[in-house]
Amino acid sequence: MENWRNHRLTFGIFILPPTFWLVVFFTAPLAVVWVYSFGYRGPSGQTYLGFSLDNYVRAFDWLYLGILLKSVWIAIVTTAICIVMGLPLAMGISFAPKRWRNILLLIVILPFWTNLLIRTYAWIAVLRTAGYVNFSLEWAHGNLDAFFTFFGMPELMGTFEPLEILYNQKAVVIGLVYVHLPFMVLPLYTVFEKLDRAYLEASLDLGASQWRTFFSVTVPLVMPGIASGTLLVFILSMGTFLTPDLLGGTDSVMIGNLIAQQFGPARNWPFGSAISFVLMYATFLILWARATFASQKSDLGI
Amino acid sequence: MSRRATNRPTPLDYFRKRWMQAVIVVNFTFLYFPIVALIAFSFNDSRRNITWQGFTLKYYEKAFTNNSLHDAFINSMIVASVSTAVSTILGTMLGIALYRYRFPFKGAYEGWVHLPIVIPEICMGVAMLAFFAAIQIPLGLFTITVSHIAFTIPFVAVVIRSRMSGFDRSLEEAARDLGATEWQTFRDVTLPYLMPGVVAGALLAFTLSLDDFVITFFTSGPGSTTFPLKIYSMVRFSVTPEVNAASTILIVVTLTLTLFAMYIQARSGQRSTHD
Repeated sequence: MENWRNHRLTFGIFILPPTFWLVVFFTAPLAVVWVYSFGYRGPSGQTYLGFSLDNYVRAFDWLYLGILLKSVWIAIVTTAICIVMGLPLAMGISFAPKRWRNILLLIVILPFWTNLLIRTYAWIAVLRTAGYVNFSLEWAHGNLDAFFTFFGMPELMGTFEPLEILYNQKAVVIGLVYVHLPFMVLPLYTVFEKLDRAYLEASLDLGASQWRTFFSVTVPLVMPGIASGTLLVFILSMGTFLTPDLLGGTDSVMIGNLIAQQFGPARNWPFGSAISFVLMYATFLILWARATFASQKSDLGI
Repeated sequence: MSRRATNRPTPLDYFRKRWMQAVIVVNFTFLYFPIVALIAFSFNDSRRNITWQGFTLKYYEKAFTNNSLHDAFINSMIVASVSTAVSTILGTMLGIALYRYRFPFKGAYEGWVHLPIVIPEICMGVAMLAFFAAIQIPLGLFTITVSHIAFTIPFVAVVIRSRMSGFDRSLEEAARDLGATEWQTFRDVTLPYLMPGVVAGALLAFTLSLDDFVITFFTSGPGSTTFPLKIYSMVRFSVTPEVNAASTILIVVTLTLTLFAMYIQARSGQRSTHD
């Protein structure tokens, strides 16, 4: 690496154009929203500038606090399910024969490269009342019913009631897990690849069961992977807008939808700006906590 | 007998355990079932039924002759092409500068430059909307393109930087010693080495732009509907096989581009290790 002072002209040529673009078309917009967040809404939805914290105070009203907490809760549930699904998956892939590993990994990443909107929309057909899940359940129900009728118990199964799994919180969690699972699997896989298997062998040789080895040796060793995956999935789920918009109902409005609503039909831009910054501060706080935690660990030499 | 004994999985051979194979199969089913079902039923000869009624291409015909879908596709292509061209150039410059120079507050600068990757898309979307409203630029293809450039620059820079990290600086020194100017060295030595990274970065930028929904949603105006926006409004209106057909087209386009980018990166990586 070279000192910029010795190459002022070349350095300037390379760094100024992208910096200029990001200042004008990224930082300035964020600054506008930041300034708006202290303003207030006019009678017909105009934005007036001002210096008050009312919008931030309002963001923690019971009504909106509920939405914030619900977003956190949905993100936590999503992250937990991603860990439960992603941990064995990453482990299985890392223990596969070498020529298989990259193919299996590609299979995990591939859906990630298809459009977010389409991946979310695809779940509507799966979850709706006349969708694949209910269709399979009805089929299973019909067969069991026929089976019991044959043995003289025609009333046992009752009539089939389709599950209500679309346009509510369950659907949102399913959709979020689906979209974010690769973000959990990839960091976990990189840690599993570097895992020294001698520890697992030692544990098994010394008489620990497979379960004990998994929870007392494997999981602590891959903790850094779990931490990065958790961070990614949690942040991305918290700030989501599209998934609850398409798959959710009235019980699953999240922060993202609230922001969109304020900038859309509600036309209260100052309030929307304030929530938008609350969401960004939360994101930065999590990233900062993770960074300090990671640097502390490396100081201790762990 | 002995062969059978060696074939028995050892305690650590998790991949050959039945339960592990079951876990992988269940996960992959979860990951692929919705998309495969979506693609399959774009060929199904029935509007409402989810059972198979026979093969048809009529929904693709409908999608291709649907004028507004057609316009949306053209819009998407214009936005993706222009924003890719600009963001590839700017992102490459940024990647090179970050790889090559030491300067004051570099850590803070790097954190700032990567913000568009980090902050929630919805925050960036509404910020762009508020910004364009504040400076009174009407929303349209121009505002979409400008926003797409802003959020794809850091992605291109990341790709370029990782490509540069394998670069042998003595090649540049040799060129300079042999009398090449700084510009000639860049054009004839650095840039040719960087080319696979530039192509991969450009393909990534193109895919990101083509696929983006959230930021586009807030920066589009009347007459500037892009392909994902059009699909969204069709989904909102009603779920029909035409949406599936249009979605399948978009999936095929992005997957082809992505696999092509991966292929280029893998090939250039192999070549540089062989040399």
